[in-house]
Amino acid sequence: MSAVARGVALLCCFAALPAHAADSEVVVWHSYRAGEALALDAAVNDFRAQHPEIQIRVLAVPYGAYQQKLIAAIPGGHGPDLFIAAHDQLGDMVKRDLIDPVPEPLSAQQFLDETLAPLRGPDGKSWGWPMAFKTLVLFYRTDQVPEPPATTDALIATAEKLTGDGRFGLAYPLAEFYFHAPWFFGAGAELLTADANDVRFDSPAATRSGELLRLFAVEKKLVPSDANGALVTEMFNQGKAAMVVNGPWFIAELRPDLPYALTPLPILSANGTPAKPLSTIEALFLAKGRARPEVRALATFLVSDAGARRRAVGAGQPVANRALYDDPDLQNGPLPVFRKQLTNTVPMPTAPLTALVWEPLNEALRQIARGALSPERAFQEAAARVRLLNQPLPAEANPAPYVLVILLALAGVLTVALWRTPTGLLSRLVQARTAYAFLLPTAIGMTLLVGVPFLMGLGLGFFAFGPGEIRFVGFANFTSIIAAQEYPITHPLSFYFTMAVTVLWTFANVSLHLLLGFGLALLLTPSWLKGRALFRVLLILPWTIPNYITALIFKGLFNTQFGAINALLEAMGLPPVHWFDSFWPAFCANLTTNVWLGFPFMMVTVLGALQAIPPDLYDAARVDGASAIQRFFKVTLPQVGPALVPAVVLGTIWTFNMFNIVFLVSEGQPEGSTDILVTEAYRWAFVRNGRYGYAAAYSTIIFVILALYTVLTRRLLSARQGARS
Amino acid sequence: MNRPPLLWRLLAYAALGVASIIALFPVYAVVVMAVSRAPGFSAVVTPDWANLTLDHLRTFVSTHDAQGRWLFGRQLINSLIVAGAATGVGLLFAASAGYAFSRFKFPGHRLGMVGFFVTQMFPGTMMIVPLYLIANHLGLVDTVVGLVFVYATTSLPFCVWTLKGYFDTIPIDIDEAALIDGASRVRTFYQVLLPLVRPALAVTALFSFLGAWNEFVLAATFLSREEKFTLPVTLYRHVGAYGADWGAFAAGSIVVSLPVCILFLTLQRHLVGGLSSGAVK
Repeated sequence: MSAVARGVALLCCFAALPAHAADSEVVVWHSYRAGEALALDAAVNDFRAQHPEIQIRVLAVPYGAYQQKLIAAIPGGHGPDLFIAAHDQLGDMVKRDLIDPVPEPLSAQQFLDETLAPLRGPDGKSWGWPMAFKTLVLFYRTDQVPEPPATTDALIATAEKLTGDGRFGLAYPLAEFYFHAPWFFGAGAELLTADANDVRFDSPAATRSGELLRLFAVEKKLVPSDANGALVTEMFNQGKAAMVVNGPWFIAELRPDLPYALTPLPILSANGTPAKPLSTIEALFLAKGRARPEVRALATFLVSDAGARRRAVGAGQPVANRALYDDPDLQNGPLPVFRKQLTNTVPMPTAPLTALVWEPLNEALRQIARGALSPERAFQEAAARVRLLNQPLPAEANPAPYVLVILLALAGVLTVALWRTPTGLLSRLVQARTAYAFLLPTAIGMTLLVGVPFLMGLGLGFFAFGPGEIRFVGFANFTSIIAAQEYPITHPLSFYFTMAVTVLWTFANVSLHLLLGFGLALLLTPSWLKGRALFRVLLILPWTIPNYITALIFKGLFNTQFGAINALLEAMGLPPVHWFDSFWPAFCANLTTNVWLGFPFMMVTVLGALQAIPPDLYDAARVDGASAIQRFFKVTLPQVGPALVPAVVLGTIWTFNMFNIVFLVSEGQPEGSTDILVTEAYRWAFVRNGRYGYAAAYSTIIFVILALYTVLTRRLLSARQGARS
Repeated sequence: MNRPPLLWRLLAYAALGVASIIALFPVYAVVVMAVSRAPGFSAVVTPDWANLTLDHLRTFVSTHDAQGRWLFGRQLINSLIVAGAATGVGLLFAASAGYAFSRFKFPGHRLGMVGFFVTQMFPGTMMIVPLYLIANHLGLVDTVVGLVFVYATTSLPFCVWTLKGYFDTIPIDIDEAALIDGASRVRTFYQVLLPLVRPALAVTALFSFLGAWNEFVLAATFLSREEKFTLPVTLYRHVGAYGADWGAFAAGSIVVSLPVCILFLTLQRHLVGGLSSGAVK
């Protein structure tokens, strides 16, 4: 079956290929921003000056869309020649056949070994040109910490002195494994077994790293428990955190006049080994089939010492080139500290299984930091969870019976349709030609741009995507989801639990949208109201702000230690709420955000519908002596109701699939219990190892549930209308 | 004119006032972030009123590319063209389809109406790559036209359903009168019925415009030339793999939201139009 899939993909590529062959410019894509983007531009300009004959186009793509754009565009023939990405995506890119290896061998004299090794393929070729690396070091305020701690014992002693009064000695996002990794690998723990087929963090070493976290967060309370990246920046800038574990990107976020310095992470006092953070290599990759001489020339220049110097000096990037670390201009800056730390790092692993470990590990850390589980238990549960997620791909199924069933079903539907249609279908079709003429543009657009992708999405659910293969598996994805054997129904990770949460989420949201929207629309209608235009505009504003930024602002408002909502509660003499530690508060935080976002849509719809009520109806009701309340129930509601049906049904469908809010506000916390079906589907496709087939099957199940809901609503509505007439 | 008692009116104002304040708070947070020098969310918690800056706004509005072209200007125009054309095309398609669904009975009537809903039920994130493949096949990738049609079709289901609902409220006698007077179907539709559903057109236009105006994943996936980008693509550039420039992002989202607010101010006259022509008095 994979041959067919490949054939379809090839066909699609073929249509687009000639368009690209004609243009000879070199296209480079990246998702850098701010200083790094400017420094890259400067390096490209240097190359332009040397080679005015080569046309170069650099495109900065938003990080949020970068991965999908690469996946879609390179096979489609509209991709770049070169692109910059982190090495941990290497496995996925090779699997998707997006890149070619670097044509020439790379010099170990030019590049640091630590940056070359993670890019090396099994045959010794490099999959990309190393540009820079990212890793964690210790930042400290020189006004608060006179002597940077060399060991974790010294770190704890220093931090203890600086903790209290709303200030913390140390801050980093506790519940992100990336930031826990220094202690984890320093303690000697490992993520995967040597053959990379199983996890290894249910080990005493991992437990030891968990004990350290417990000491930081629970016993000594040296680290704020729900600090995220933005909050850590803020605390360090304001002097509320004396030391911070962070990476090179942090420098750009600090106030220019801030007294601070960097130092490598301390030695773990328990076993005398240095802390070992993860390192990520940023590399320049060569897109499939694009190894033209001018492309190679540009790539070679960008990673040359001259090109790297632009990035190191201009953006403080810890570059991969050895020579830059001897450069007198950079000696006193932060780069030597990162270089020193690099010798004690663990490269971000690329084995397919690693994609599955982050979520369970983060959950384990969250549990430890809350004091909810012992480190040993927490890591054991995480390991068990990874083993559950890492089920082998379903066996290949024979597509023939499925094709046969589809054909038979189609034939059956056609026969029944013809059978039930009264005679003279043709003449009825001809009669309705005016109607069809009015419908034609919509029908064409919908079929091509909505219908076909939809059918393709449905079809994907019958396939499984493994490393380097696509196989037809029939209903295996569906049966595995619906059987949900991994967890009991009441467990937050069970499919049925997630479904119940989704239903509750949808119902609560739509009810509140409708109630608020209707109420406000009614308040805005009376003719005696002054300032109506102003109120309308103010109340519509939530709709106009991109919901991404709203979600992040609300997440900040709900922060336990620093959020405005807890500050308000405390001002009223109430205890602060740990919003994301248990289900109901987390659910309410999501709900509040989405209600805020969604009520204007309902309000505008109701406003529109209110305008359509013929005024005579009210006059007649008034003449009949109906009170305001009676007029509402006898005139307004029956008139507005039908116009609201599509808005409510569509609102339900959209809320059911409202991804951004759940994904950004509660992030599924605690323990994935506030996740809804669509965030689960997304995690399967983009977080857990690219199981697109499984994610598509999830999506199909979502679709079936919603379809049933719609049919049911229509039945109920038509039944009621039938009863009334 | 009958006005409710003073107490009721005061309560109504109070309710609207409270709702407006709640609606405005995150907007206020965005504005504070946009004009503060302190990076990120700290500005919202402890605003430094004495030390405000317009640098974020200025930077966002004055982006130029390597060739010295004013990127913001071009991208603003792109956004206006894309969102405007998507709204126009969407409304044209939706109005004629809504009219057909409201006024005619034909084979496939029910199937068509249900079909619109069905397409909304499949999660959007799973559709992007298939959609790209088809658009690529049709030669629509990296073109403004492609994006216009994609946005227009995604807003169609809501628009068709809403407009059909409004057409249903208009008595069929009006069409018949026009037809008897010798007007063609098309003329009846454009000259008689469309003006009557103006409030609904305003609502659906607002909906389509907003959808097209704020979208960024598809725009960033479909477009590959910076001078062809729409504004949200540039806006989301400030959120990177490691951290984000919240000041610039906030300033940008204000700039991006402004045209929508202006559009709403314009459209709201049409929303109110029905009212002032002697409705609830």
